[in-house]
Amino acid sequence: MAAIVPLGARGTERLVRRRKRAGGRRLSTKARVGAVICAAFVLAAIIGPYVAPYDPSVQSFLPGTVLHAPDAAHLLGTDSLGRDVLSQLLVGLRTTLVLGLVTGAIATFIAVAIGVSAGVLGGFWDEILSLLSNVFLVLPALPLLVVLLGYLPQKGETATIVVLAFLGWPWGARVIRAQTLTLRSRDFVAASRETGERTWRVIFFEIMPNEVSLIAASFVSTVLYAIGTSVALAFLGLSSSSQWSLGLILYWAQNGNALQLNAWWWFAPAGLAVALLGTGLVLLNFGIDEIGNPRLRDASGASKIGGKAWRPSDPTPVVLAGSPAPRARSFASAFSRRSAPGATAGRAAAGQGGRS
Amino acid sequence: MAFLLRRVVFYVVAAWVAITVNFFIPRLMPGNPVDTMMAKFPSLQPLALKALQAEFGGGHDGSLVHQYLQYVSDIFHGNLGVSVIDYPSKVTTIIGQTLPWTLTLVGVATIISFFLGTGLGILAAWRRGGWLDRLLPALSFLQGIPYFFLALLVVDAVAVHLGWFPIQQGYSQGLVPGWHWAFIQSALYHSVLPAFTIVVTSMAGWMLQMRNVMITTIGEDYVLAAQAKGLSSRRVVMTYAARNAILPNLSGFALSLGFVISGALLMEIVFSYPGIGLTLFNAVTSDDYPLMQGIFLIIALAVLVANLVADAIYVLADPRARAGRAG
Repeated sequence: MAAIVPLGARGTERLVRRRKRAGGRRLSTKARVGAVICAAFVLAAIIGPYVAPYDPSVQSFLPGTVLHAPDAAHLLGTDSLGRDVLSQLLVGLRTTLVLGLVTGAIATFIAVAIGVSAGVLGGFWDEILSLLSNVFLVLPALPLLVVLLGYLPQKGETATIVVLAFLGWPWGARVIRAQTLTLRSRDFVAASRETGERTWRVIFFEIMPNEVSLIAASFVSTVLYAIGTSVALAFLGLSSSSQWSLGLILYWAQNGNALQLNAWWWFAPAGLAVALLGTGLVLLNFGIDEIGNPRLRDASGASKIGGKAWRPSDPTPVVLAGSPAPRARSFASAFSRRSAPGATAGRAAAGQGGRS
Repeated sequence: MAFLLRRVVFYVVAAWVAITVNFFIPRLMPGNPVDTMMAKFPSLQPLALKALQAEFGGGHDGSLVHQYLQYVSDIFHGNLGVSVIDYPSKVTTIIGQTLPWTLTLVGVATIISFFLGTGLGILAAWRRGGWLDRLLPALSFLQGIPYFFLALLVVDAVAVHLGWFPIQQGYSQGLVPGWHWAFIQSALYHSVLPAFTIVVTSMAGWMLQMRNVMITTIGEDYVLAAQAKGLSSRRVVMTYAARNAILPNLSGFALSLGFVISGALLMEIVFSYPGIGLTLFNAVTSDDYPLMQGIFLIIALAVLVANLVADAIYVLADPRARAGRAG
């Protein structure tokens, strides 16, 4: 996360000010929660296969080990073939996460290449590349994957990664193209051209550093999309059945009627793991959005004037010396027709800024 | 004019790509689909073998270009081949029976979720820091959860344990589909739960996008000016802020229809709903290649038509697009 550079002058100024005050803390609570969740999952994926207590594929039909609820020997119980669910989870997490990250990396690379080229080249090439990304955007990914994997005799991870990356880049490319177009017309880019910088230098040192937060957001959402789609495909039985993944656990649980047998320890951990990982990625994206767009930051990022927190989107506060708090409130209610003067403190805080 | 021309080119190219991808998938894949099918269904007539070879290029008649032209001409004549599992029935007949189910349910659910999500997004942005806005991190959980997992849990809780709604199928067994009240009632009753799961999972996305654009719009000077004029809050929110903030959401709606279809596919499999997604899944699991391909083509073209509709609405909503200044 340390690599993310804020966008725009306003963001930079605010971040610099906040960093001085808060000593390097620059992410909102939401983003930090998201980052912690994602980091925990990455850590679990790295060490998971080494700490897994059993071989996830070893079956055991001894009495008491088939479809057994969690106990000391099997922390998350066993499935209907006596396999250890916790081991499946720890081994499968790595497969799912690696697939998501690799797909995200390839798709983001294509997105940056196409988006920046379209924005920098402009004209005819821009039309062609934009057309290309729009066309790829409307190709329905999951049905195409289902059909493709239906033809393949051996359903492996590689095929899924290639197709997911191939279909996952257009969102990012569109956003990056739009940003490149606005950056291209800025003065600092014109200035660097005037001083004789080469095109590749302008692209890599003037334009792209200002798009880091967009690129990061595009990467995170592609990882989210890849994990969601690959889990769904595995759930449908369209993935390799020898390689454990979170989706494969759910596939076995569904085929073994885990829900009907009330074997919650079999289906709930894998589903919740995907949901939690997804939540972490969405929250992380919130944080990246807030770095790029200062107006989205929550109240904790607002400046304090006259003892009240004002968000960047609030009207310019008019505060008279002497009686700051009442002034601020009456200003807030001046725009509002509904909030009566005797509004409770809670309401005044919620409708603050004259938008109740 | 430039805007219109660009859109027309886009639709033509997109349709061509969908058709061409569909043509090349069976030819680029390892193995020979015709042999696979003949091995699997030894009872197929020699006539069927000829038909399959014409469709998948297994035979030796004609070059690739010739096959391609024949394929495109077949599509324009509404000929998508014959299903292998359901042997003499045409792929187009099967699609014709299942497509209306998907279109109705997914269409209605998507429109409900779009309006509900957009409306809640407006509210969350306007009452920034209110309870709805503070609920947003919880909504990201709904975005992160795999659709089928949530749907299975909902089915287990509401249909299996409480017994409020049917567990699966599109209508009660024993009813003859048709325009009579008993059937319509049954179909509606069966569609509540699938529609609910689609709305719940897809609403959060619309809401977040609308809220974020709306917050940026609220900060604009013209919104402040409208407030300063003393206009009612309602008018400022709806006519000044939301009217402008909804445009990115509308174009996002058009662009994300491909994702909506993906969700529908899983919905139909979880609920055994008699739509096109379940038929596609069954075709894949039983190696019915002609049906598989026909359905993919129809899904791709349906997404394009839905895009066209969303485009038309966008042009109505955005005067700049009408004047041809916005791409």
